[in-house]
Amino acid sequence: MLRRLSAGAWALPILLFTALPIVALVLASTPADLAAGARHPLFLPALALSARTTAVSILVIAVAGTPLAWWLARGTGRLKRAAEVLIDLPIVLPPAVMGIALLQALGPSGLLGPPLAALGLTLPFTSIAVVLAQVAVSAPFYIQGAATAFRAVDEDLLIVARTLGQSQAGAFLRVAVPIALPGMVTAGALSWARALGEFGATLFFAGNLASATQTMPLAIYTALESDSRTAVALALFLAAASTLLLVPLRMVPRALAVRGAR
Amino acid sequence: MRAKAGTFRLSARLCGDGSPTLLIGPNGAGKTTLLRTICGGHTPESGRIRVGDRILYDSSAGLSLPPGERGVGYVPQGSGLFTHLDVLDNVAFGLVANRPRPPRRERRSSALSMLRDLGCERLARRTAATLSGGERQQVALARALVADPDLLVLDEPLAALDAGARPATRRFLARHLAVCRAASLIVTHDVRDLRGLGAKQVHVLEAGGVVQSGPPDELAASPATAFVGEFFASSAPTLR
Repeated sequence: MLRRLSAGAWALPILLFTALPIVALVLASTPADLAAGARHPLFLPALALSARTTAVSILVIAVAGTPLAWWLARGTGRLKRAAEVLIDLPIVLPPAVMGIALLQALGPSGLLGPPLAALGLTLPFTSIAVVLAQVAVSAPFYIQGAATAFRAVDEDLLIVARTLGQSQAGAFLRVAVPIALPGMVTAGALSWARALGEFGATLFFAGNLASATQTMPLAIYTALESDSRTAVALALFLAAASTLLLVPLRMVPRALAVRGAR
Repeated sequence: MRAKAGTFRLSARLCGDGSPTLLIGPNGAGKTTLLRTICGGHTPESGRIRVGDRILYDSSAGLSLPPGERGVGYVPQGSGLFTHLDVLDNVAFGLVANRPRPPRRERRSSALSMLRDLGCERLARRTAATLSGGERQQVALARALVADPDLLVLDEPLAALDAGARPATRRFLARHLAVCRAASLIVTHDVRDLRGLGAKQVHVLEAGGVVQSGPPDELAASPATAFVGEFFASSAPTLR
């Protein structure tokens, strides 16, 4: 009892500190402020762009990242270990660094600039650049989470599936994916939330152009320069959208697990 | 059957009369790897695997049948049920890959009749997570049998059971293995399984190689290694 109490006493400051900014954000806006924020010319284009680009990003991440996660979970050898480190890199690198790095790779004077220009493609300062920045920064969260979920799938289940006539792909789709699905959904929601909040890499690589590259975080940044009340209202909307992603993060895996145990 | 994988060499005569062949050996001897190699979940560096007159794997001929065409049913340690499916769909899983694919209702009714044959149709609607260890083994056997294999390989089917469930599950296995068409190869750590399952042939695997093969009585009477001696020591009076 005493031990639990002292643990609670230790936890209280950090809990309060985590809650404090969110409470302050909610208290800072009146309903009128929120309504004004929603009518602000920055709001709808930025919200639409954020929704569109993050949806494309999470799709790209899931399609490209799932096989990679499977390989990380099942593969062996030096190449796999090197890939694991490489994939973790964007988690530890500052997003601004990722933005500059993307510019150096895909910008007009970057590594792949000339071939891209020859194809008539200019990526920086387009919505495609927004997606690329989001994918680069948030893919590791999905890939690592999905790989962890795949690692928990018993090798013997896959062998059984194959003795029962399934191909390798069949065993993957019919056994590994359904069993790993709760973990994959959690990882996907986390990755999506990270993409939704992406600021640094987007600003450096895609710029801050209304309707083309100005996602919600960039719109908040822009609003803050002129009108802090609008910035607070937009921030509150973004906070609400991100919090909504917590629902699948917490509920869907549990619901899937309950269905599995039925 | 002959299998050789790296340092493995197992030449096992599987009895076609319904009595299972048992495989014993200390932990890390390679028993599970051997079973996985037979059913195709693990590819050996070199060697040959033959079941009856069918060659499943032959490295010198560049032949390796995919696991689904080997006619080998696999019941892994802990029974390996699919946790995302109910019992009926677990058993019906073996019919999904049939060409042409039977409709789901037909698959489930075939699965149900297999469960009925084994006397465990009451489990059909349950999920794997809610089954006891003994029930899992019954379902895993049904799932392996539904594909009509030539050979069944079972990895310690009784090890994870509590003492109360073990004799009943052992009797269940003995009864159904005796009447099914498939030959069977069973890994065990328990000397009581030799008699309980009616084994006439036992192979001892140590450090990746077979050190002794023969009927249980013969192994008990003249153990080739300390491990074999220990294995039979506890039950020596009952075997004589």
